[in-house]
Amino acid sequence: MAFFIEVLVGGLLAGLMYSLVALGFVLIFKASGIFNFAQAAMVLFAAMFIAGMSGEWGVPLWLAIPITIVLMIGVAWVVERVVLRPLVNQEPIVMFMSTIGIFFCLIGIAEIFWGSSSRTLDVGIPRDPIFVGNMLFQTYDLVAGGIAVVLVLLLAAFAQWTRMGRVLRAVADDHQAAQAVGIRLSTVWVVVWSIAGFVAVVAGVVWGGNLGVQPVMVDVAFKALPVLLLGGLTSIPGAIVAGLIIGGGEALAEVYLGPIIGGGIQDWFAYMIAMAFMVYRPEGMFGEKIIERI
Amino acid sequence: MAEATTARDPLLVMQNVEVVYNHVVLVLKGVSLEVQEGDIVALLGGNGAGKSTTLKSVSGLLTGERGEITRGHITYQGENVSHIPAPARVEKGLSHVMEGRRVFEHLTVEENLTVGAYSRNISTQQTQQDLERVYEYFPRLRERRRSTAGYTSGGEQQMLALGRALMASPKMILLDEPSMGLAPQLVEEIFEIVSRLRREQQVTFLVAEQNTNVALKHADFGYILENGRVVLYGTGNELRENADVKEFYLGVGSGEARKSFRDVKHYRRRKRWLA
Repeated sequence: MAFFIEVLVGGLLAGLMYSLVALGFVLIFKASGIFNFAQAAMVLFAAMFIAGMSGEWGVPLWLAIPITIVLMIGVAWVVERVVLRPLVNQEPIVMFMSTIGIFFCLIGIAEIFWGSSSRTLDVGIPRDPIFVGNMLFQTYDLVAGGIAVVLVLLLAAFAQWTRMGRVLRAVADDHQAAQAVGIRLSTVWVVVWSIAGFVAVVAGVVWGGNLGVQPVMVDVAFKALPVLLLGGLTSIPGAIVAGLIIGGGEALAEVYLGPIIGGGIQDWFAYMIAMAFMVYRPEGMFGEKIIERI
Repeated sequence: MAEATTARDPLLVMQNVEVVYNHVVLVLKGVSLEVQEGDIVALLGGNGAGKSTTLKSVSGLLTGERGEITRGHITYQGENVSHIPAPARVEKGLSHVMEGRRVFEHLTVEENLTVGAYSRNISTQQTQQDLERVYEYFPRLRERRRSTAGYTSGGEQQMLALGRALMASPKMILLDEPSMGLAPQLVEEIFEIVSRLRREQQVTFLVAEQNTNVALKHADFGYILENGRVVLYGTGNELRENADVKEFYLGVGSGEARKSFRDVKHYRRRKRWLA
């Protein structure tokens, strides 16, 4: 039993990391209807800049992180100006393709600066295991999980209680009506891409600190896709719950099913859960219900 | 109390405005009209006559639908606004209540109203005062302030859409098809409120309507659009008494099968200002 709980908790905490990346997707999708393929690249981009600056230039971490956040806001601004604005009112698929372009640009830029070798990132979170009863947990996982929870609460509070949050929700509901009340979409887009950038910085730091910073990070970040499908593209709580389900399910499957069918389950299990789920509820667990008055 | 249309400069002038969608579809073929400050002006006509497009060209919401003003211009308060973005026009006091209400469905009624004041950048206190003002006109919205807007009734949504536009404290409201899908009594109620807003808040209205009867009852002036052109205009009373209008739009016919001005070959189309 203790072993089961150990595995489960480890999985759940890893799942929260997927949620972090999925959050970035959800934010942009809600506010602009764009499926931002580049979110995973934003995580890598942020992590590489932080690791690069602190490793190569000797910039202390407390400074490198804010600098990177500012950099991500700059990225948001450039993306809005160069990509989104000229493409406004194009088909969703065109916007989606353009985010694939952004994906490769971001990775390219990061590699021009810092090369493609892997780096370590020491974020100062202790790595000692701790015992609860006879169960063993990783401190790092617990702290990282805590950070994810705090971030989610912050975002939810922002959306619910601030003026800009209300505006973001209004835009998510109806772009044209939002413009009709005087909301400038370009402003809103810079804001959501900046927030998504900020989320990417947090995910980059937490992940980079755990697994090291390397281009392969992008693949891990794509684990956010099944999380998104499961949770629903438009739901922040959905992203969290789905992250937990997928993280936990994946870890348990690897340990208990793995030996039976020969391992390697972790790579595809998440997608299987998402696919099975989509058959029954295409909008995801918490996807915004289409309000229909009868 | 229809104010006499004096020689003042009109609040809004459309001069020979031509609108093309998707670079090919010509929808407005040179529409000219004037709206005097403080008037309620009705824009009448059947489906696809170009009423909504006319309003969108004034509010700037055409761009969101790949529409474009290709000729003519729109002057608001003496300034050419034809090509400035929609949000900037809202800041100048031009608010658009779109067809189909378009409330923010997942926001509460009160949140919808609050977002309506976005363009003014006002304090929470001021917002509260303005909310009260809107609730005075629409007591029903006060009762439902905490409800999710998407779950309110059609009439409530129409009131919400109008209230949300009021929160921007507009000089002029472009109101698109407020009667759509509402019971006759509610339609009358909405138009009563429109009249009151004009009287008490000095809001000018340009209302696109298919319900010719109600619209002409409340309007000082009316334009009839057909196929992207203005085919007839006059004061509310003139239009109501006009035999052709009676026949085509009010259903008081002579029995012959004439359905629109197109069928009236000999009809003397009035000279447009510039067309």
